[in-house]
Amino acid sequence: MIDKSLKQLGQALAAKEISSVELTTLFLDRIARLNPEINAFVTVDRDKSLAVARAADARIANGTAGPLTGIPIAQKDIFCAEGWTTTCGSKMLANFVSPYDATVIAKLHREAGMVSLGKTNMDEFAMGSSNETSYFGPVKNPWDRARVPGGSSGGSAAAVAARLAPAATGTDTGGSIRQPAALCNLTGLKPTYGVVSRYGMIAFASSLDQGGPMAASAEDCALLLNAMSGFDERDSTSLQRPAEDYARDLEKPLAGLRIGLPKEFFGDGCDPAVMAAVQAALDEYRKLGATTVDVSLPNSHLSVPAYYVIAPAEASSNLSRFDGVRYGYRAPDYDSLDDMYMKTRAQGFGAEVKRRILIGAYVLSHGYYDAYYLQAQRIRRLIADDFVAAFKSCDVIMGPTSPSTAFKLGERAADPVQMYLSDIYTIAVNLAGLPGMSIPCGFADGLPVGLQLIGDYFAEARLLNAAHRFQQATDWHRRRPADIV
Amino acid sequence: MSLTLEQVQRIALLARIEISETEAQTTRGHLNGIFELIEQMQAVDTRGVEPMAHAQELSQRLRADVVGEPDRRAAYQAVAPETEAGLYLVPKVIE
Repeated sequence: MIDKSLKQLGQALAAKEISSVELTTLFLDRIARLNPEINAFVTVDRDKSLAVARAADARIANGTAGPLTGIPIAQKDIFCAEGWTTTCGSKMLANFVSPYDATVIAKLHREAGMVSLGKTNMDEFAMGSSNETSYFGPVKNPWDRARVPGGSSGGSAAAVAARLAPAATGTDTGGSIRQPAALCNLTGLKPTYGVVSRYGMIAFASSLDQGGPMAASAEDCALLLNAMSGFDERDSTSLQRPAEDYARDLEKPLAGLRIGLPKEFFGDGCDPAVMAAVQAALDEYRKLGATTVDVSLPNSHLSVPAYYVIAPAEASSNLSRFDGVRYGYRAPDYDSLDDMYMKTRAQGFGAEVKRRILIGAYVLSHGYYDAYYLQAQRIRRLIADDFVAAFKSCDVIMGPTSPSTAFKLGERAADPVQMYLSDIYTIAVNLAGLPGMSIPCGFADGLPVGLQLIGDYFAEARLLNAAHRFQQATDWHRRRPADIV
Repeated sequence: MSLTLEQVQRIALLARIEISETEAQTTRGHLNGIFELIEQMQAVDTRGVEPMAHAQELSQRLRADVVGEPDRRAAYQAVAPETEAGLYLVPKVIE
């Protein structure tokens, strides 16, 4: 049952081979057994999950079920869920119980009828690439417990990789869905900016943040995106577009597909073993009828510098709400209002979050705004224009998701710049607002390697098609760690 | 570019984050490393390039001025640190 696709689970539920209560219990039991070692979940509430499973069973019995009704899913702890502790991986929100549902939560649970297994661990306020900045401790990669699962959606990635959940939600500001998907052998999709509502998704960098699915396969991700996406009047940047069936093109043959290979993603700086797996995947695509063309993203080397101005600037503004007054942590002892703010924020935020707030406050401050913030926004335009030019000669861009496989816990924690460079291939996609995926494409020294697929705006169905056909010809995405049973 | 210790302390004050002398020293080292990375941007001639604030060219959507949200005061007060007689109690802000 733990290796079944979401479609197969839906069929098993519809055929009454298993009930949602039984399926939910199976995964809750796995969490109880394996989570102490993996630390993928920060909150589990058996009674609450089973109550939702019983309601799903009632929907299945009375004929009002959809394709995902009764299937369990894990929620990244960045999504507010009514009645659930919602921490965003921070001491600041360690005791915050959300009074409302994020739109993604409402859509997946109230509308689609999925069952929440609990909330997953993450880098604090989604700032990190290793899940080591969480207030609730690091997550272990199920493929090697001495290594990181990636971040910031590391708990979601580890949960699915260890089959503690059939699927999970993630969010991606600079690579936080794709990089952990690559490091944990999953399929992850960051949609075009504006496709998935940000309402109730705790803000990090609002012009970059986008929620999306993480699961075993492209087919699973297509079904989840169908349920998660759509216009939301509560999100001012939500796009008003006709509803799409993201699974519609899954089976389309790939003959004639033009794959662009940016020379900047195939140079030095990538682990040769990772590159070998990526090249083998491209050969597989050629066998499937695709052709490859060389393209260039000449400003892509500027994406990390521009991102580390724009994202911290937006974060310093978004995180100003954590002031000890309205909710969340408040310092116990202080002698003035300013002192309360200063101590609350010093004690409530971890080191990486503080660093980014300080960068943001600096680049937005008087005298530096033009040199840093405006310059970064101009470079953002150049980076986005590079993609527009590249998509004139190709349908999808491919390359490695991450320059290395999962690194050791602690290996990069002391050097922020080293950590930031983990996202060198993913960040440009967020700056441009394009859809991107990572799919399993092989192993290097026993550790998973991810292939990144980047599409033009609103080309999610095409990306999912390219990913699905590859997954029908290969079985990398079906593999799980040998000791995960 | 290299930040001085005083600049680090000034930014921390702007961000309302208390920072000790020792923390300021460590933070200074980290921030200077990050700004070294960021400085790569300065070599690029961006004259005439329109700054891009957002992935989509959107104008602010307007809606009819009618009540759309239900009254959920009880739920919101339940998560507030302190309430009394239906009011939110906050730390003293006027001294």
